[in-house]
Amino acid sequence: MAFVTASWNPLGEAFYRKIELYEMGWNLKEGLRNCQIAAAPYGGPIALLKEPQRSSPSARPQLEIYTSSGSPMASFMWKSGVVKQLGWTISDDLLCVQEDGTVLVYDLFGSFKRHFSMGNELVQSHVLEAKIFHSPYGTGIAVLSGAYRFILATNIEDIKLRRLPEVPGLQGVPSCWTVLSQDRQTKVLLATGADLYILDNTACTPVSPSGFSPQATNIIQVAGSFSYKYLALFTDSGHVWMGSANLKEKLCEVDTKMRTPPTQMAWCWRPKSQQPSVVIMWEKYLLFLALVVLNLLFGYNLDNESVLVPELDSVRIISGTHHELLQEVPVVSEEIFKIASMAPGALLLEAHKEYEKESQKADEYLREIKEQDGLGEAVKQCVEAAGYEHEPETQKMLLRAASFGKCFLSNFRPEQFVSTCRDLRVLNAVRDYTVGIPLTLQQYKQMTVQVLIDRLVYRKLYPLAIEICRYLKIPEYQGVSRVLKHWACCKVQQKEEADEVIARMVSLKLGETAGISYSDIAARAYECGRTELAIKLLEFEPRSGEQVPLLLKMKRSQLALSKAIESGDTDLVYTVVTYLKNEMNRGDFFMTLRNQPIALSLYRQFCKHQEQDTLKDLYNQDDDHQELGNFYVRASYQEGRLDTRMSCLQNAMDEYNKAKNEFNAKATEEEMRLLRFQRRLEEEKGERMVGCSLQDTLHCLLIVGLHKQAEQLYKDFRVPDKRYWWLKLNALAEKEDWEEMEKFSKTKKSPIGYLPFVDVCIKHHNKYEARKYVSKVTPEQKVKAHIAVGDLEGAAEVAIERRNEGEISLVLSHCTATTDRTIVDRLNRTRATAGKK
Amino acid sequence: MAHSSRKDAPDLPDFSLLKRIARDQLIYLLEQLPGKKDLFIEADLMSPLDRIANVTTLKEHEVDKLYKVDHKPIYSTSDQLCFLIRPRIQTVKWIADIVNADKAAGKLRSYKIIFSPQKFYACEAVLEEQGIYGDVSTDEWAFHLLPLDDDIISLELPEFFRDNFLGGDQRWVTTAGSALHLLHSVYGPFSKAYGIGRCAKMVYESWREQGKEGEKKTPQSEIGTVFLVDRDVDFVTPLCSQVVYEGLVDDIFRIKCGSVEFTPDVTSSEKSVKVMLNSQDKVFGEIRNEHFSNVFGLLSQKARNLQTAYDRRRGMDIKQMKTFVSEELKGLKQEHHLLSLHIGASESMMKRKTKQDFQELLKTEHSLLEGFEIRECISYIEEHINRQVSMIESLRLLCLLSLTENGLLPKDYRSLKAQYLQSYGTEHLLTFANLRQLGLLVEQQAGETLTVMESKVGKLVNDKTVGKLTDAFSSLAKKSNFRALSKRLALVPKTMEEYDLRTPRDMAYIFSGAYIPLSCKLIEQVLEREGWTGLEEVTRLLNGNEFVGSAGGGSETGRTTDSQRIILVMFLGGCSYSEISALRFLGKEKGYKFIVVTTAIINAARLLEAMLDNYG
Repeated sequence: MAFVTASWNPLGEAFYRKIELYEMGWNLKEGLRNCQIAAAPYGGPIALLKEPQRSSPSARPQLEIYTSSGSPMASFMWKSGVVKQLGWTISDDLLCVQEDGTVLVYDLFGSFKRHFSMGNELVQSHVLEAKIFHSPYGTGIAVLSGAYRFILATNIEDIKLRRLPEVPGLQGVPSCWTVLSQDRQTKVLLATGADLYILDNTACTPVSPSGFSPQATNIIQVAGSFSYKYLALFTDSGHVWMGSANLKEKLCEVDTKMRTPPTQMAWCWRPKSQQPSVVIMWEKYLLFLALVVLNLLFGYNLDNESVLVPELDSVRIISGTHHELLQEVPVVSEEIFKIASMAPGALLLEAHKEYEKESQKADEYLREIKEQDGLGEAVKQCVEAAGYEHEPETQKMLLRAASFGKCFLSNFRPEQFVSTCRDLRVLNAVRDYTVGIPLTLQQYKQMTVQVLIDRLVYRKLYPLAIEICRYLKIPEYQGVSRVLKHWACCKVQQKEEADEVIARMVSLKLGETAGISYSDIAARAYECGRTELAIKLLEFEPRSGEQVPLLLKMKRSQLALSKAIESGDTDLVYTVVTYLKNEMNRGDFFMTLRNQPIALSLYRQFCKHQEQDTLKDLYNQDDDHQELGNFYVRASYQEGRLDTRMSCLQNAMDEYNKAKNEFNAKATEEEMRLLRFQRRLEEEKGERMVGCSLQDTLHCLLIVGLHKQAEQLYKDFRVPDKRYWWLKLNALAEKEDWEEMEKFSKTKKSPIGYLPFVDVCIKHHNKYEARKYVSKVTPEQKVKAHIAVGDLEGAAEVAIERRNEGEISLVLSHCTATTDRTIVDRLNRTRATAGKK
Repeated sequence: MAHSSRKDAPDLPDFSLLKRIARDQLIYLLEQLPGKKDLFIEADLMSPLDRIANVTTLKEHEVDKLYKVDHKPIYSTSDQLCFLIRPRIQTVKWIADIVNADKAAGKLRSYKIIFSPQKFYACEAVLEEQGIYGDVSTDEWAFHLLPLDDDIISLELPEFFRDNFLGGDQRWVTTAGSALHLLHSVYGPFSKAYGIGRCAKMVYESWREQGKEGEKKTPQSEIGTVFLVDRDVDFVTPLCSQVVYEGLVDDIFRIKCGSVEFTPDVTSSEKSVKVMLNSQDKVFGEIRNEHFSNVFGLLSQKARNLQTAYDRRRGMDIKQMKTFVSEELKGLKQEHHLLSLHIGASESMMKRKTKQDFQELLKTEHSLLEGFEIRECISYIEEHINRQVSMIESLRLLCLLSLTENGLLPKDYRSLKAQYLQSYGTEHLLTFANLRQLGLLVEQQAGETLTVMESKVGKLVNDKTVGKLTDAFSSLAKKSNFRALSKRLALVPKTMEEYDLRTPRDMAYIFSGAYIPLSCKLIEQVLEREGWTGLEEVTRLLNGNEFVGSAGGGSETGRTTDSQRIILVMFLGGCSYSEISALRFLGKEKGYKFIVVTTAIINAARLLEAMLDNYG
């Protein structure tokens, strides 16, 4: 196994290995000299700001962006101010901190996104140094101003500038400083000469590292670990102090015997590993330090200028020609590949090799593992180790061995094997030269698939992203749909293509994919100023409700209204209506509503409760006199005072007249007359009857005996005779004024007949009076009249006389067999004879 | 019932689950406001709420005092007020007044409004306008469905009818859609959906739309078919006098949320008694669907049975007596109590309904349905109005007249309207405007618009097409076309031949054999034909808007399973107890089980009261 361990270097209890990731695709004539460089963590992109070759005043630096494999992504002439610092955000945006405190934000492809300032004072005092850092709150920026003050923004997405307290006695640039994120606080650690300070929001505290050798002099380099847990300090005497970030715990102190200041220092440490270590770089020399061993154990010679990119579990070294990964060899890999290792994994690998060679030794190795009862462990080790390997060949070798070993196990859980295979497939795909995202398995797990897909989407690697989503069977909503949506959003920004073409392409590709929101895509198109395209795209949106907000934003209110109505969601219609009400002048608003009956009725409903006057205006606008009339009638009944009530009715009458509704006009006119009459009566006689109906008024008058007035009303309002007779009859009966009733019955022939007289008397329990009228009742109703007064004999007589079958049964139904024997017999006889005929 | 019925009617799904869902959600909402709070409840939510969670349950979740939401100052001392209301602008304004009054008095409290079944933007807009949007938190209690009985589920939204059909306000459509969605997700998937009416169509679409989001695997289907029907498809049926027991109880005593309050004249005691009317009440269960003329007979039979049960104890020894007392007596006593109540109620009904004038009223109604002796009917109605018998009753007869006659002759319309206004006041101009808008009471336009249009068109095209065009025009105008429908569907039995109400032969028994309810007949026909084919003429007369849809579930395989014979009928705008009785009858005849989902239980009085412009 020599070839795997060839690049291994032992340091303390662990080995370290350097893996070549890429031979850089870029062609840099001067290497990394004379340029600022920033590489994003997690295998992110690299930005270079090359100083102009000739130092003429008109010469401008060149900004170039590459993938981790050195493929160019963007390149343009830098025309803004002096750049102090380059850096990447967690979402792969490039930050350029300028001397005047302005920060310019570019995307991966070098298009300008936005800018913001780190404080106005910097325009005067200038930025001396700047650092870009990442914390749980996002990407932050710290700058040191010309007045030697630190200004901090913890999250550039939500900028809140903080000026840290002054450092007492600071008269120049500190020899070194760094940003630490601890206890949910962002602090600055700085060194001036031999003094160390921690700056937080409130105070500047001098600190001293525990166990720091007294002979140590000036601290000239400082480095925090990836998780801000550890700190390393380098002094001009060549000593390195390594310890916890709060400086309270010392891990070790090493004398490097190097007096020249290093160019860069970084932690190279895998979480959970027992051996934190630091990499220090001088020009062309790289030094490795581990805490356990006090001696520096190995170093690399570097070909040319390089930069260190600290990662979660390793350090990447980027030089003008190569891109390498430096990491601690994981324990499992070590156990498997270490020469003469007897670990189960190593034996399994060996067994598999022999098996391939068709050698019986395979069996011997297997036996050995089984004797140790370590086959499960062996498979696990191989799978795990495969995950740490970069070379697909090595991965395959290990996985094959694992798969071989699995055959001899009965109940081995396959999840780990399957997921490792899947993860490696994805990782190999993104590590590919053309993609250039050299992630380790650990980094991948940390950043999650979602984020990886996002990054691919940022890089516009849509097909790969979709492939990965499909391969990993990510639910459409989070996976394919999301990628397609981003694709579409990108597509709509391609200004050179016609609206029609883009709209068609988008709909073709997206089709009916679940979870696609066309309205979001349309919103993007609108942001890019392509309103027409946005409208075309919105038409693909199946949920009309989703279209409305954007249409409103685009001021297509009419369209929005009809879409809202289409959606059947009245709340949405209402939203649009309120919007329109505020946006448009009243006339136009009403006109719009007029064309949309549903919206109109909704608005009317609202007005009925909230704005009565608007309702009136609405009807006015439409010349809807009928409804206006109704409106005034309604108003008149809500009105307590009589004269306002009258004027409302007057208005109603006018409107009804305009609407050519003579009937209603007359009805309102009569109502006014009635009200006047009632008022007069109230004034003269003190009878309260305002607001009563005509019938009730008459009844009232008759009851109190104001017959003359009743008579007058009867004539004035042309009350039908029948009605008047009924009224008077009831009123008289109620008063039990029988005498008057009799007189009344004789005034003229009753239009309602005389049966009601009988009924009403009976109702008031006066049989005697009732009998008086029986004789007057028409023959058809006589039977009923007789029955009403309880005269069954009379009833029977009439019924027999009239030989009416129905009447006979009616009488019979009122007879009781015992008391009315004779009547029953007579009736039955008549019926029988009638039947014969 | 004595008639032959198929014995294999499937069992109904258990709807008590709906109550549990609603209760759990309410409790969750109350817990969102930790600590003691006073609860203000909208008046018409009180009864439904009581069926879901009683006072003890509310108190368990730290509700301190209960009040009715009203437009008056409040005297609560609690620093947390919770309002449980319908999404009505008026009520929100009242609450706004309360909050603003507190603000003026410098009182600090927290307020939460729970809208049931959903909130409307308009209500939130009121909060905004009143400047209290930030002071009040809002929430929704998606309490859509209240099971009133084993086969009746109500949305308890009486305003649905007026808002939707009169106001043209469709905001309740989504609510109904959500209700259907809930039923679908708990008891579905449904395999077929039929419907008729504009609103029905919209509800169907709203439901389908909601179904799309988050398609889930549904459990075993418990309901096979849904049938959606708009109230305005059939106004005649709810306007007829009800003569089936349950309907009569509703007409006379007004059933509220499945329970009725019997007045002292029924209970023959000092106080009124509240009784739940549902299938739990065995006495009621036996007579609810019976024509009134049978009820007395059944009740006395029942009384005799009860007496025999009581009498059994005479020959008992001690031991038997012991078991009798412990096991049967309580049930018998309960039955006894209920029996006496129902007998009381029937007596009270008898007093009112066997009177001469009620008989005449029924006779008039039947004549109207038959289209027979219309003149006499008109003079009867005239007299009815003149004598101020009843404001609502008169209106009901007028509407029936208009619906069955396809509008009143202008002369009649004017004279009757004038008389009505004289009797009940000119403000009813508004009522008449509403009724006209809804097509309940209209003036025949024969002389004017239509013929004018026709003659204009007639000059252009030949005679044949004129007929067709006339049809098209008439369907534009809101016409009831009752006469034609009645003929096509044979709604009115040919002659008044003897109809044995004891052993009814069709659904007409619910109207003494005079009329088969149109709504139920439609349902019967569609189920029989498995669609609208062959009913084209009928749907044309009903202004179209019929539809058939496979309802998402699509498990056509299980056609023979029981659930296929469980049919959910959703009435948009309400249905009457008589219609429910008719459907129960139909179910027994054909081996179906009907579940009635309605926006509210209505009767003629409630329907017409909704048409009054109560300017409150």
